[in-house]
Amino acid sequence: MKENISIKLTTNKLRLQECIDFVQDNSCGGIATFVGTVRNHTKGKEVKQLEFSAYTSMAIKELQKIAEQALDEFDILKIAIHHAEGLLQIGEVPVIIAVSSVHRGASFKACEYAIDTLKETVPIWKKEYFKDGEVWVNAHP
Amino acid sequence: MNIKTLFFGVTRDIIGEGSAIFDLNEDLTIADFQNILTKNYSGLTDIKSFAVAVNEEYVTEDYKIQENDIIAIIPPVSGG
Repeated sequence: MKENISIKLTTNKLRLQECIDFVQDNSCGGIATFVGTVRNHTKGKEVKQLEFSAYTSMAIKELQKIAEQALDEFDILKIAIHHAEGLLQIGEVPVIIAVSSVHRGASFKACEYAIDTLKETVPIWKKEYFKDGEVWVNAHP
Repeated sequence: MNIKTLFFGVTRDIIGEGSAIFDLNEDLTIADFQNILTKNYSGLTDIKSFAVAVNEEYVTEDYKIQENDIIAIIPPVSGG
């Protein structure tokens, strides 16, 4: 793994400070972060909890690709993308992205690019648990 | 040739397990294999709209399956 990329897919609790510490650099003027949180409702229905499962080996490769593309495309210094696996409760954090750059604009853009692309390409699936059952999100497009 | 196939998300629930071995003829494409899967598992009606990966890389449906490939059926992802 490159020294300016941190990728994690873990059943442990994600830590924002770890991502910030990784991307922080004395040459950078700022850090942009995105923190995803588990929402308590979807389409008007109350969500009890979420479960994330992944094709782990491929997901890590795809996360790495996103980080490399972000470094290529935007004027950023470092990027961290951490994603959780397993059961998460309301308010818990399934994903954290942190990006550092000399000037803020590149960090904001790269952060948005990373989360948007992650949602399209990385083989991770979310199951929503309701009071009366459970459903794979987006399973039937 | 025996080809290992991995199932994830909704397809894992439909198949009832995370992986299966299929004995396939030579020169089959991913599209051919998708047809075989829908014949074997009536619940996989949406499979044509699902992505497919071979050896952890996305492929298109004209990809020709080769010995020792590991195929993964990737229903619409929903991470983040």
